[in-house]
Amino acid sequence: MLSRTALSLYWIGRYMERAEFTCRLVEATIRLNALGDHVEGDQAWRSALSVVGSAQAFAATGETFSSHAARRYLTLSEDNPSSIRTCIASARDGARAARTALTVEVWEAINRAWLLLRGRTSPGGMQQTLNLVDELKAEIRGFEGALGRMLRSEGRWFMQLGSVIERGDNTARLLDVKYYLLLPPGQEVGGALDRDQWTTILQIVSAKTAYRHIYQEALQPWLVADFLIFRKEMPRSLSASADETVDLLGAFAGRSGRIGPADRLARQRQARVDDLDIVTIFQDGLHEWLHRYVGENAALDQAIAQQFRFA
Amino acid sequence: MAKRPAFDELWGASRDRTARPGFEPLARWLADTPPAELERRQQAAEAAFRSLGITFAVYGEEEAAERIIPFDIIPRVFSAREWANLSVGLEQRVQAINAFIDDVYGARRIIADGVIPADIVLGNPQYCVPVAGARAPHGIYAHICGIDMVRTGPDEFYVLEDNARTPSGVSYMLENREAMLRLCPELFEALPVQPVDSYPELLRDMLYSVTPGRTRAPTCVVLTPGHFNSAFFEHSFLADNMGVELVEGSDLEVDDDIVWMRTTDGRVRVDVIYRRIDDAYLDPLVFRPDSALGVPGLMAAYLAGNVTLVNAPGTGIADDKAIYSYMPEIVRYYADEEPKLPNVETYRCREPDALKYTLDHLEELVVKLVDGSGGYGMLVGPTASKKEIEAFRAALKAEPHRYISQPTLALSTVPTITEAGIAPRHVDFRPFVLTGSTGVKIVPGGLTRVALREGSLVVNSSQGGGTKDSFILDGDGEPEGAP
Repeated sequence: MLSRTALSLYWIGRYMERAEFTCRLVEATIRLNALGDHVEGDQAWRSALSVVGSAQAFAATGETFSSHAARRYLTLSEDNPSSIRTCIASARDGARAARTALTVEVWEAINRAWLLLRGRTSPGGMQQTLNLVDELKAEIRGFEGALGRMLRSEGRWFMQLGSVIERGDNTARLLDVKYYLLLPPGQEVGGALDRDQWTTILQIVSAKTAYRHIYQEALQPWLVADFLIFRKEMPRSLSASADETVDLLGAFAGRSGRIGPADRLARQRQARVDDLDIVTIFQDGLHEWLHRYVGENAALDQAIAQQFRFA
Repeated sequence: MAKRPAFDELWGASRDRTARPGFEPLARWLADTPPAELERRQQAAEAAFRSLGITFAVYGEEEAAERIIPFDIIPRVFSAREWANLSVGLEQRVQAINAFIDDVYGARRIIADGVIPADIVLGNPQYCVPVAGARAPHGIYAHICGIDMVRTGPDEFYVLEDNARTPSGVSYMLENREAMLRLCPELFEALPVQPVDSYPELLRDMLYSVTPGRTRAPTCVVLTPGHFNSAFFEHSFLADNMGVELVEGSDLEVDDDIVWMRTTDGRVRVDVIYRRIDDAYLDPLVFRPDSALGVPGLMAAYLAGNVTLVNAPGTGIADDKAIYSYMPEIVRYYADEEPKLPNVETYRCREPDALKYTLDHLEELVVKLVDGSGGYGMLVGPTASKKEIEAFRAALKAEPHRYISQPTLALSTVPTITEAGIAPRHVDFRPFVLTGSTGVKIVPGGLTRVALREGSLVVNSSQGGGTKDSFILDGDGEPEGAP
């Protein structure tokens, strides 16, 4: 496969995953915002911007901060390189360029998501924003479904690899922000606001019910961290992402008979995660660990680019 | 405009709507299908084109319309005999074009023999100096030609233009047929229509046949300017249907005069490039230095004989309108027989007599820039305003060598769905002629373009033209003896 095509496919995977994550982030923040009073509601949108690393970029636009401005920035802004619109438009651009490597279904799902956003200039009120992200999530699920019906070969694997790398990054950032930015100083750990925010996190990774099935107890911060880092049943956990990365790279190796730097990095990461437990991580510092994880994930992204000659 | 009604492809010259022999089933279908039903199918065809993304405009920007070329579902039909005559003529003409290109970049016999003036070839902006003296692999240059034909009567076919650079439109031939098979299947039961779907295969076979090396299985690619190009759909369509890679300039690199393609498994050597970018953008080291579309070093690889470019650089010399006027002489010179397909009578305004005649008859002539295309830079005397005519008169006097003129032809018509019901509209026809090392192949079909405005003779899509499917009927169509 052409390196440029592979690069386009990989980034289609990353952009679609990022768009979906931001959809759920917006959805959960609207809920959180509805629960708290207005000061805290404002805080909810500020932390939503932090989760996707956009707090500074938003400040740089000079726009007055408001819930509407934050929602617009996250969903529709063309200045925001990670807004849902930018992600979907970039994915569509990549899909146009790699059109011969996609099925009609995959192309149509991406194109339909793009059509939903094409004419929009404002996210509207909360209800309209919710409707928009709901529709987008449906199209993105359509994309994932279409991906699942593609031939089990390189084209599909590159998109899935992009998704899983992006997913690991998103989950790690989400946890990190929760621990170090979300909880305002002086708030009692385990208080009402705290529980709402933990619920919000689970909602962002669409695992509110799953948590209760697995742990069968009330929300505990350290259990949520355990859940998002270690539980392999949970598709968005860091451990599951690490496994899936290894499996996908293994599929390429099975085809080509060769392994490269990305395979090695991915296996090392998988082994490290498997050897750890949540108690050790908390002792050594969760923030430091997550920070390292995001760095490793970026290194893996670079190794993939090198191994498949993206540049 | 011509006084007598134009020849109609369905009704012939008859005034009582009697279909030409063999075309009766089409006339019956037209009579039996209610207009509303025709309209519905027409809309279904256009909706299908849009959802498939068969569009013809710039993508990406939200303001830019993603336009489709209008499609008319009433087909244009050729009898087996008409097609047989056309194909032998096309083969003769395209062979002459290839011989001519080989000659003018090589021995220049035709100039030495005084058949064509040296300055019109060597001083032509289309003469590609960097390839002078270099022979293309297998001596084939114009591998793919789109010869634009017009018709004015039962046996009067003329070549209007020889597109020997990178003719486009073949995807419309194939997609129009798909649409017709889906929407009007009954027509294919009533008429013995020859299939066109072998085109991608013929194209692939041709590409493989012109590989420069013979030692290993060749790698062919389609080179596109990128997905923002207006014809990108066609590029990806052809690559997809041939099962070859669709590459951009940045996917290729030249190392030691060898062309490589960058893949996830490393570099893969490329032997044949079906390039859909113009000569000027092929290689920034040789042509436009500001071009980011091409591949630095590609021309060196070509000149070293390590890669075949389809079409070869420099073929523009054969479809220049000044050269066009010499095509009958060119065919006679290389084929050593009379041309089977005539040219439209052409006045070269660089010649004083022709200029005088042109200036005296501007109201009835079509005047064209020798290097114009797409229906731009063109005067259609009979429909032009006084002001336009005077503007051309001034331009002609200032730079006569830049113009040719031709009589205004009464182009044949085909019944077409219009806002005012079914009405005749003028058409032309572009068949696609493939030349590989194993000879000339022509798929029985082509692109019929139709001028949708009443009375208009300009069929270009940029000027409001549409397309139709072209049916070539099967039968024992023996070509007639040379006229």
